[in-house]
Amino acid sequence: MSNVNLNISELDQSLLVKLDQYIASLEDPNNSLINVLHKAQQIFGYIPHNLQLYISRKVGVSAARVNGVVSFYSYFTEKKTGKNVVSVCMGTACYVKGAGDILKELLKQLNVEKNDVSEDTLFTVKDVRCIGACGLAPVVTVGEKVYGHVTKDMVKDIINTYKERG
Amino acid sequence: MKERLTVLVCGGTGCIASDSDEMLIVMQDKIKELGLDDEVRILKTGCFGFCGQGPIIKIQPDNIFYVKVKISDIDEIIEEHIIKGRIVSRLLFDDPKSHKKVKAHRHMDFYKKQFRIALRNCGTINPEDISEYIASRGYEALAISLQEYSPIDVIKIMKDSGLRGRGGGGFPTGLKWEYTYNQDVNQKYIICNADEGDPGAFMDRSILEGDPHSVLEAMAIGGYATGATRGKIYIRAEYPLAIKRLEIAIAQAREYGFLGTNIFGSGFDFDVEIRLGAGAFVCGEETALINSMTGLRGEPSKKPPFPSEAGYKNKPTSVNNVETLANIPAIILKGSDWFNTIGTPMSKGTKVFALAGKINNIGLVEVPMGTTLREIIYEIGGGIIGGKKFKAVQTGGPSGGVITEQHLDTPIDYESLKAIGSMMGSGGMIVLDEDDDMVEISKFYLDFTQEESCGKCTPCRIGTKRMHEILERLTNMEGTPEDLDILEDLANNIKYTSLCGLGQSAPNPVLSTLEYFREEYEAYAYRTKKTAYTIIDDKCIGCTKCARVCPVDCITGKVKQVHIIDEAACIACGACYDACPVNAIEKP
Repeated sequence: MSNVNLNISELDQSLLVKLDQYIASLEDPNNSLINVLHKAQQIFGYIPHNLQLYISRKVGVSAARVNGVVSFYSYFTEKKTGKNVVSVCMGTACYVKGAGDILKELLKQLNVEKNDVSEDTLFTVKDVRCIGACGLAPVVTVGEKVYGHVTKDMVKDIINTYKERG
Repeated sequence: MKERLTVLVCGGTGCIASDSDEMLIVMQDKIKELGLDDEVRILKTGCFGFCGQGPIIKIQPDNIFYVKVKISDIDEIIEEHIIKGRIVSRLLFDDPKSHKKVKAHRHMDFYKKQFRIALRNCGTINPEDISEYIASRGYEALAISLQEYSPIDVIKIMKDSGLRGRGGGGFPTGLKWEYTYNQDVNQKYIICNADEGDPGAFMDRSILEGDPHSVLEAMAIGGYATGATRGKIYIRAEYPLAIKRLEIAIAQAREYGFLGTNIFGSGFDFDVEIRLGAGAFVCGEETALINSMTGLRGEPSKKPPFPSEAGYKNKPTSVNNVETLANIPAIILKGSDWFNTIGTPMSKGTKVFALAGKINNIGLVEVPMGTTLREIIYEIGGGIIGGKKFKAVQTGGPSGGVITEQHLDTPIDYESLKAIGSMMGSGGMIVLDEDDDMVEISKFYLDFTQEESCGKCTPCRIGTKRMHEILERLTNMEGTPEDLDILEDLANNIKYTSLCGLGQSAPNPVLSTLEYFREEYEAYAYRTKKTAYTIIDDKCIGCTKCARVCPVDCITGKVKQVHIIDEAACIACGACYDACPVNAIEKP
């Protein structure tokens, strides 16, 4: 694969220091790969190939294994995301209450494909597994903020809230 | 306590999403401003369970239960109720059947039939304060176990109680502990499975958010019984609030000496650590969970060996579900005979169900095993939204099946649900009404399982994908009658040849809907399914509303005359259906 960037020196050094500190604090980093990846994604926002290679060397497992784990779990992303990650819950309760239509409306209004970054770099729209707020179905989250009982009409307002913040 | 009133503000995920957190702060500030802070105590509690009515605020000792409270209502609650003692009746629960306002939660149909063991503290204590848990007999069961019982005694109590795993399988907890105990190995582990992956189930999240100490206490008891000194909680990363509450609880329990070394001077050491999941449904399966905990892909392993022989780091490990654990301190305190009197001959105790979908009262309900679906849906759940016709209830999520009208009076327990082609699963109950298309619902679940298949074994990896393709073909009106036979054949093959529970149960939603709703599949397969909306002539009043909202202008008709939909042009968006004031439009 020609588009795989494995150049570790391109990673932001100040962010790597934070990650190093976390890894150093672990009792058993070799067995805690998933926790390390969570931390890495929290610090960098996503886990590109060169970061995966860095982590593999740091915790002493093969890069293939790190990549295998990153690609296995839906929580980890190898692609850069927009500033605001808009997640539409696709659990059953939300699905039967029309979450599919909400997702389509979001993608239409933002003019993006699922999991891609919008042109203004502000948004990435994803579908997520049940977040367990079934009483509020259908549910959309933007970052940590949860919107419940979402209707197609509310989509525009939700988007505008984050557009105004820039 | 000198306080005149205690205000309980729900701090569960559902209510926080509707700003209950901010309400709590606004209320505290106002009370302070008015100089009432030594008379009125404001507390954040765990989930009350009645999530469809959130945010919820309860005032004690008046026992008033306010629902759907907004920040703008806070002033009125303070001025009217807290200062003048007058109930704000517009914020009371409106009973969907009698249309009367209900003041106290115990008078609501939703709570009347409930019997709370696992949820006993949810919504009554502050989950971030260990002293409130201790005040409701918290950690007493651990003290009794360590001081008065041997590990074998504890295992016997569990076996006698008849408690079975609440995560889905229904394996007897006492036996699981006994197998682990019997292993003559130094290091053992106890794992709390908090990877609640079934879409539509949220009882484990609510327990961890509302009563995290009960889970920690039960893990310590389990550690003592099995000989494990290390406990691990494997929790979904999608539950940030539950993770935070657990972290607080672990820190407090360590500070009080309920976790750590030499607990209650007994010489028993036990500590708990949190491990995060990363979004993989299959990790709810115990061997996959253990692989994930060691930093591997969450793929299941062959059983035997069972985790009780060789689990985490190849050591004997007992994996118990959150709801199962939450029952344990209550069983130790009240005895196995007490627990034994609740439930059915084979399934003892209670089960928490997450009621969601097309039902009036959405939320968590805990009922004795043996309660019928009719009681849950029509009495506790308040019936179907908008008075529509009940079609089915889906239980067990992507691993379960549907229960139809004819089985509404079946007493629910592990065996009876299996006998009618569904399963208990973790307790998600999605209520479906006449508008729901069963083939679409099956496709939804297959879409889920084929994406969540870990890919290790062929029947599950390829089989579920092929099944999904057939369903896709059918719903696109491109299928044939033979597709139904292939679908059924494939489903049975996957069921009997997959490696783990995910694959073995993945075909269940299709098999069960094929059994009870075959005509819906046939309508697609024979392409007789209607795809356009139609207008019922003698109901139409010619108001023109439908024609005005139609996005493709396929509805024609003059004012005060019957309108007609051009079925070839209709895109089945449903806009006309929603707009019609007299229900004159029929769905396809």
